Amino acid sequence: MSQQPEEDWDIEIVPKNNLLDLHIKDTWHYRDLLLLLVRRDFVSFYKQTILGPVWFFIQPIITILIYNLVFSNLAGIKTDQIPAPLFYLAGTIIWNYFADCLTKTSTVFKDNAAVMGKVYFPRLILPLSIVMSNLVRFAVQFILFLILMGFYWGRGFNISPNLALLLFPLLIVIIAALGLGLGMMISAVTTKYRDLAFVVTFGVPLLMYTTTVIYPLSTAVTKYPAYSWIIKYNPVTAVIETLRYGFLGKGSFSWGLLAYSCGITIFILLIGIVIFNKVEKTFVDTV
Amino acid sequence: MAKVIKVENLSKAYQLGDFGTGTISRDLERFWARMRGKEDPYLKIGEENDRTCKGGSDVVWSLKGLDFDVERGDAVGIIGRNGAGKSTLLKILSRVTSPTLGTVRIKGRIASLLEVGTGFHPELTGRENIFLNGAILGMRKAEIKRKFEEIVNFAGVERYVDTPVKRYSSGMYVRLAFAVAAHLESEILVVDEVLAVGDADFQKKCLGKMGEVTKDEGRTILFVSHNMASINQLCNTCLLLHNGKLEDMGETRKVVDHYLMSDYASTAHVVFDNDQKRRTGNQKVIFTKAWLNKPGDANYTRVFSLGQSLHLSFSLQFNNPNLETARTSVEVKTADGLRIANMIDTDSGFEVRGGGGNLKTYQIIMEDLRLYPGTYYLSLYAGDTSSTEIYDYLEDCISFEIIDGGILTNRALPRNAGLIYFTPTWEIKDESK
Repeated sequence: MSQQPEEDWDIEIVPKNNLLDLHIKDTWHYRDLLLLLVRRDFVSFYKQTILGPVWFFIQPIITILIYNLVFSNLAGIKTDQIPAPLFYLAGTIIWNYFADCLTKTSTVFKDNAAVMGKVYFPRLILPLSIVMSNLVRFAVQFILFLILMGFYWGRGFNISPNLALLLFPLLIVIIAALGLGLGMMISAVTTKYRDLAFVVTFGVPLLMYTTTVIYPLSTAVTKYPAYSWIIKYNPVTAVIETLRYGFLGKGSFSWGLLAYSCGITIFILLIGIVIFNKVEKTFVDTV
Repeated sequence: MAKVIKVENLSKAYQLGDFGTGTISRDLERFWARMRGKEDPYLKIGEENDRTCKGGSDVVWSLKGLDFDVERGDAVGIIGRNGAGKSTLLKILSRVTSPTLGTVRIKGRIASLLEVGTGFHPELTGRENIFLNGAILGMRKAEIKRKFEEIVNFAGVERYVDTPVKRYSSGMYVRLAFAVAAHLESEILVVDEVLAVGDADFQKKCLGKMGEVTKDEGRTILFVSHNMASINQLCNTCLLLHNGKLEDMGETRKVVDHYLMSDYASTAHVVFDNDQKRRTGNQKVIFTKAWLNKPGDANYTRVFSLGQSLHLSFSLQFNNPNLETARTSVEVKTADGLRIANMIDTDSGFEVRGGGGNLKTYQIIMEDLRLYPGTYYLSLYAGDTSSTEIYDYLEDCISFEIIDGGILTNRALPRNAGLIYFTPTWEIKDESK
């Protein structure tokens, strides 16, 4: 293909694109869309409800009440001397953020086929908007966590936040990137074969038991020394443990485990991006 | 003039049929071929996209080897039958999907309007949706803010701006959606047949807006429509696609004429056999074939413009030598199945007679077709003179198309605005006498 020198094209549409080209410039141009999508998700969530944004609180409160009843009272699982509701809430908000990012991202092509089939915008905007919308939810639930923390601290429980809580932003990034990366990997496959979507729907809630949402890592290590590696090597575990350690002063925090989590996350995110890039160009034909 | 779009060898293959357990083995085979650096085995056997015949492969080329350039300020109409590849072309140009082969190079921003109201959220208000939709189409927030008043005025929804769009009438919804897209500041605008919705007044307004955009602002428009009147009115050049290939490109008038005169022999000439669907009767007399053409043109065609003459020819075989006559008639139905005419031979002072077992061909000449644009179906009937016995009845066995933009009118005729195009005599009545 010969190109005349005086011709200077802005857009070139070719069958395949560079796998690692993220269209950063293009995506940046659409940043307003990202914010508007987040706003849309947030506003449409509580339109025509009476309680409105209060629903963001109700879900985790009921969850920890049930966990408290079943796992702490009935099953008697120890919670590292942390008040059980606080222990569960720390795990639940992290896990929910991860699970929401993962499940929503994994069906992003299917759910938005109508829009994506009709108009171009950098496809990465949609998964990013999912991560950001869920971040808003996470923030609201985190406030709930802080309130509960204050409550127990006021009642004289031994809650000792330490410097490890400065790692909090990193923890958020890890969880978001992990959910995003895994979700993008799955989304690519589900455009054509829906099988994996079923696996996600029943698999993600089950996966929660392989990480330390309802039990502390220390208990798992002492009870099942042979199998605790499954829990340790779940990259979410390090995040939950670090959060508990930083804010509540209890938990198994280790730099090694956190570094491992980071490494895995970067790896998964890269693979996810490559797969997503490959699929986004033609998914319209197969979805 | 400067080129703003350059299309080279553009092709797009689609896989027909369902995706299921069968497709994964094929995907693996493809993957394996690619790994060894070979050509995709399933693309090699791809076929031309002709829907009417069943092909041997389930890969079809929806577009095949398109080459063309578009210059700045052009309004390009894209025409062709259903399935010719028009929408696929627009989808590739608006970057919704990628081509299988070939490249497109574009200068400047491109905005597409393949559907009105893409991304509208029913729960959000008109104001919120203007911002959301504008952003989806690629506008910055500041840009939308600047044009907000103009958009709302164009759509005429001032009063409803803070009401959720789910409470809008469908007309208001469409107007608002078009208004957002029309105010995009892109160098190239790609528009699919979205104007089919909305009332005649609004259609005119949209066409006016698009015309204004090309003439005054020097922007380029690509416009797909089945409405030849709008194409004639708006576009200076035209692309004709046929089965995924570029059949003609050039001055609009010429290309539109080419399209209207095209030979659609495959369906304008029908041979009837015993497997013919919706055939009833005792076969004492049978229809063997039928075809449509225009006066003075031997080529078969099933596309007529308003005011043209239609010739329907059919051959009759009298299987029973004792039979002398058959009451023969032709029914006309709309696409909705509404019977609009039943033309019997004797009503026209003619009698269809058998010729001792020979095949005879008859012709019906319908002059000056005054039907609104759309598809019409013809049924052929032969029975005995007392209408008690059906010899042969072929329901909806051949169809024809009436399109806008003929000799009678340049006006776009909305399909739901009427059925028959009357042009009565109009005069001033002097009441002083």
